[in-house]
Amino acid sequence: MTVTERPADPLEPAPPELAGDDLRELWEDAPGLVGFFTTVDHKRIGIRYIYTAFVFFSLAGVSALAMRAQLASPNSGLISPGTYNGLMTMHGTTMIFLFNTPVLAGFGNFLLPLMLGARDMAFPRLNAFSYWVFLFGGMFMYSSFVVGHLPDGGWFGYVPLTSSTYSPGHNIDVWGLGIIFVGLSTTVGAINFIVSTFKLRAPGMTVNRLPVFVWSMLVFSFMVLFAVPAVTLAEVLLELDRLAGTAFFVPSLGGNVLLYQHLFWFWGHPEVYILFVPSIGMVSTIIPVMSRRRIAGYLWVVASLVAIGFISFGVWVHHMFATGLPPLAISLFSAVSLVIALPSGVQFFAWIATMWRGKVELAVPMLFCLGFLLIFLLGGITGVMVAVMPFDWQVHDSYFVVAHFHYVLNGAVVFPIFAAIWFWFPKMTGRALPERWGKVSFWVMFIGFNITFFPMHILGFLGMPRRVYTYNDGLGWNGLNVIVSVGSAIFGLGTLFTLAAVLIAARRKVPVPDDPWAADTLEWATTSPPPVYNFAAIPFVEGRHPLWDVERLRRARPGAEADVGLEVDGAVGRSTPVTSGIDTLPEGVLHIPAETWVPFLVALGLVTLLVAALVSALTVAVLGLGLAVGAATTWAWRTEADLR
Amino acid sequence: MTVVDLPLARSSERTRTTAWWGVAMVILTEGTVFAILLAAYFFLRAASKDWPPPGVKLPDLKTAVPASFLLWGSSLPIFAVEAAARRGRWGVVRAGLLVSWLMGATFVASTLKDFQALHFGWRDNAYGSIFYTIVGLHAMHLVVGLTMSLVVQAKSWLGRYSPARHASLEVFSLYWHFVDLVWLAVFPSLFLSVRWR
Amino acid sequence: MSAALLGSTSVFQGAGSEGRRIVGLWWLMFAMGAAVYVVVAGLVLTAVVRGRRRARPAADSPTADDRFIWIGGLAVPVVILAVLAVVTVTTTSNLRPVRAGELAIEVTGRRWWWDIRYPDQGIRTANELHVPVGRPLDLVLTSADVVHSFWVPALAGKVDMVTGQVNHLRVTVDRPGTYRGECAEFCGLEHARMQMLVIADPPDVFERWMARVRSGAGTTPEDEMAARGALVFQREPCGGCHTVEGTPAKGTRGPELTYFGGRRTIAAATIPNDPKELAAWIRDPQDVKRGAEMPPNGMSAEDLDALVAYLESMR
Ligand code: HEA
Ligand code: HEA
Ligand code: HEC
Ligand code: CUA
Ligand SMILES: [Cu+2]
Repeated sequence: MTVTERPADPLEPAPPELAGDDLRELWEDAPGLVGFFTTVDHKRIGIRYIYTAFVFFSLAGVSALAMRAQLASPNSGLISPGTYNGLMTMHGTTMIFLFNTPVLAGFGNFLLPLMLGARDMAFPRLNAFSYWVFLFGGMFMYSSFVVGHLPDGGWFGYVPLTSSTYSPGHNIDVWGLGIIFVGLSTTVGAINFIVSTFKLRAPGMTVNRLPVFVWSMLVFSFMVLFAVPAVTLAEVLLELDRLAGTAFFVPSLGGNVLLYQHLFWFWGHPEVYILFVPSIGMVSTIIPVMSRRRIAGYLWVVASLVAIGFISFGVWVHHMFATGLPPLAISLFSAVSLVIALPSGVQFFAWIATMWRGKVELAVPMLFCLGFLLIFLLGGITGVMVAVMPFDWQVHDSYFVVAHFHYVLNGAVVFPIFAAIWFWFPKMTGRALPERWGKVSFWVMFIGFNITFFPMHILGFLGMPRRVYTYNDGLGWNGLNVIVSVGSAIFGLGTLFTLAAVLIAARRKVPVPDDPWAADTLEWATTSPPPVYNFAAIPFVEGRHPLWDVERLRRARPGAEADVGLEVDGAVGRSTPVTSGIDTLPEGVLHIPAETWVPFLVALGLVTLLVAALVSALTVAVLGLGLAVGAATTWAWRTEADLR
Repeated sequence: MTVVDLPLARSSERTRTTAWWGVAMVILTEGTVFAILLAAYFFLRAASKDWPPPGVKLPDLKTAVPASFLLWGSSLPIFAVEAAARRGRWGVVRAGLLVSWLMGATFVASTLKDFQALHFGWRDNAYGSIFYTIVGLHAMHLVVGLTMSLVVQAKSWLGRYSPARHASLEVFSLYWHFVDLVWLAVFPSLFLSVRWR
Repeated sequence: MSAALLGSTSVFQGAGSEGRRIVGLWWLMFAMGAAVYVVVAGLVLTAVVRGRRRARPAADSPTADDRFIWIGGLAVPVVILAVLAVVTVTTTSNLRPVRAGELAIEVTGRRWWWDIRYPDQGIRTANELHVPVGRPLDLVLTSADVVHSFWVPALAGKVDMVTGQVNHLRVTVDRPGTYRGECAEFCGLEHARMQMLVIADPPDVFERWMARVRSGAGTTPEDEMAARGALVFQREPCGGCHTVEGTPAKGTRGPELTYFGGRRTIAAATIPNDPKELAAWIRDPQDVKRGAEMPPNGMSAEDLDALVAYLESMR
């Protein structure tokens, strides 16, 4: 890893009377297991999010490999049709709900307060709560593996297939309720990101100085608030139909099956950009650092992020081109889907422009970013192609679409996530990753990726529909399917090199300097790993690139009016400054609650309620509800004290 | 000079706590829930030949209208409560909260009674399903609001508030106004618009 | 199965009025897309190579950056996308037009087979769609259970078969041939095995087929074996689910079996239709197609042979 000449401690050291130990004592979690369950530290929670999400990634990845083994030869009997459909459903569901969204929330959690120069999130307990809800929700969904009855309605679970008539088992309920549950976690997290960004920015970090990654998390969060209700409702109405006998999706009783599709995609389309937007933020952070210059067209990039957020709510019908809607209505959605290519184009050229005049360093994170650029470009172009309605009538629900969305989901989201791992791992752990392993990992992944997903375009043209557990011999699909399956193993192997690198780093304990990349944002102004309290002294931000704009970061101190209880240093209590929304001047402090069992208990109560309701165990359900309500009331009761 | 002395933000800029912002965001997403449900209502309606389906008697307006006005009215005491809390007039706060609570509770009770008088069930047809779901979800929000109000009332009796710090009260007020506003959209859609055609 | 029994699945066949236009559209988009890819990827790689050679970043030039961004990321794409939008609109308006003299065919998706009716001719068949070349078709699509999708890649784009809704696919087949149709919306366990053959014949051949099916000729057993098979068919529960015209068998839960012997495949184009395969299918449908909603049957081997002979004789 490259080390630069920058002073080891770019932030003015805290005055001696406030230094290390006092703060540490105030902020440190209880040791051991108790601390594990009660912590509200955004860094611990963020890292926890990331590795939990990667456990789910491996599960979904292994499911994909199993599917590919089945599809490697025609008429294969390796996996039964029912199991294949279950693996396919769980692969898609896991990747979207239990890997991609949470892993991004994890990076957001770890990075956001550090980038803002704050000591934690606005609602630390809510943060812990959203993690536990995600974990329990994921375990709840995966309990179907233990029971041996996987959800098998596909990742969008269209009715009437998922109605109780055609899917009488509990597997669909596990899926539907699980989605509702995980959606709660995402929503709560989004609220936390928004309020933290609004109120906890370090003094001086005005709107036009927000790091692009923070912008991207803000857009992500607002999109979550407006999109997630739709999928929650889709699944609530589905479960009402299934469990309470309502008639939302029963045509013979005036219900409508397209209503479900509209609800699902009104979330589903924004969702894919919800996943993409933080990736843009990561790439826009890493490329400038690796090009040793500020990002070209900051305003353009930010404006396109916001534009993507808006436009993505107007294109959901492009997933329903074949449902027989009136052509005039759908050609409008076709047009808007073309328009959404524009903000992506702007960002793309901003990244090129950044490298164009920069000094490019091909460290591992940068390699992953380049891989992202080359893959996303193709995935974006095929996206524009499927937005052209008549063409989509042909390739919709064929492997061409599977190719498109893996180029974007796996290419344009997973590659930036790997870049982020390689970029921020030193910050998270204080240890160096072995560079060589990273290079191998990248090249194996990049090559494996294209071997896996490029031939899928051709399979689509040859008429291979998606979600088939097998196919007839002699259709001309055999050879390509073998290539795809081999490629998927290569890609999987590539990810293992990164996993190995992380394990090696954990064993070798090679220390890194605090700012190994000579980067510009505030997370690099503190030690690696950051102390529990993040910053001993709160930095004062004087530009868009705090660590590049000035020789030495200055420290913010409240003015003459410190008597109103403004303790920017926060040493006398667990607190972080609250600043005003527009000019980011201090307006008070936010007390950061100490570690607590409450979030864990509320989440536990809720998941108990969920499981008990599903298996109709009334007493247990009441117990769960009681636990959740009781713990939540304690939480609400203590609010005022915390604000003091 | 490595330490920057900063002035405090102008006081006009420091009115909202993080808790207030948090609840405002909850309201944003909850508002979306209701907007989408109403959109689903109109979608189902547009896709059906008859709405409500033949033989379904529309919900009665005789009690619904006065009850609705009672609910909308219950926001008024809350405005007074908010102002009083900033001035530390806790007597007004307690009285206002109680009056508003009673108005809201009456509305919930009357909704539940109306449910029993309805001539259709939620399983009969999609009309019944969406009607019960929207009105029921709104009633659930009211119950949550009433519970919040009880917590806030207890806090005000126990003297846990000061003119400067009463975040949970602010948060409750905001939420209550929101729930009222939702009814302003739900009531015309579900009860009135069906009659105008 | 041999190629003739599989039928073509390639989009590039362009054997229908719609499919042909979409192939043209594709090649236009391919050229544009490839050009965009080459140019933009070229810029990325050039930027990297240039950037690697430098010792330190070049002097900042916000105006140059901005110009690069709006020309490359906004102006040029606007032009390309405008072209695409025009092409989309013109292509769409030329597709699926209502034409005089259409032949209406109702296709209903079932789990997991296709129920086919020619309403004006009053005939019903399954899993094998006979169409005339050159005559506009109005395919009337719906579903009897979950959502399916009607897709014959060689002829046209897909149209979903939505529960409680009737959709139309209007297309004219240009070239005679055997094309494979596939269910393209996930419909549960045997979605993969829900396929069909589209047999496009010149008008005279089609009319002959149609006339024969309408006449009912050839469905009364002629040899002893087949006659015995007909009795077996009546004795076993087959008629509860299947229809054979001119017999008491009037079931509709399963595919129509009148003229079954003339079909090329069994179980929605899963296996070829020959006596051996048919016997295996009747004996144990789930062994061929796990989810098939037809019960296994333990009749004697002689009965089975006779039943097979009967079904195969109706052609
Ligand atoms: C991260 C996720 C992600 C992203 C970023 C995108 C990006 C895009 N997607 Fe994709 N999409 C998915 C995830 C994503 N998609 C998923 C998961 C599905 C399938 C769901 C399912 O069915 O299971 C899907 C399906 C899907 C469909 C439905 C297909 C079908 O089911 O038949 C459509 C149709 O319009 C579409 C369009 C687009 C478009 C126009 C973009 C655009 O945003 C792309 C814009 C980017 C570029 C174009 C590249 C950069 C631009 C330039 C360099 C400028 C120059 C370029 C030109 C002028 C062309 N997508
Ligand atoms: C972020 C999203 C994401 C990601 C990363 C992936 C990653 C992969 N996907 Fe997935 N995919 C989806 C989202 C995603 N997918 C969605 C939404 C669907 C639609 C589902 C539906 O239709 O309902 C889908 C559907 C889908 C299909 C179509 C199924 C069908 O229609 O029948 C296929 C088929 O090949 C596939 C393959 C793969 C492969 C090979 C990978 C690989 O990249 C995975 C590689 C990862 C690993 C391999 C795990 C890490 C490795 C280990 C733990 C060690 C073990 C490794 C070895 C022994 C080599 N995916
Ligand atoms: C419970 C209803 C049921 C009964 C009883 C039944 N079938 Fe079927 N049959 C079906 C269904 C459903 C299918 C379609 C299966 C599929 O392809 O998924 C089918 C398919 C077939 C096919 C293939 C048709 C085609 O075009 O692909 C044949 C032949 C057949 N059945 C013959 C028989 C015979 C002979 C019997 C009696 C011994 C019988 N069936 C009894 C329901 C039934
Ligand atoms: Cu029928 Cu898929
Ligand atoms: Cu989309």
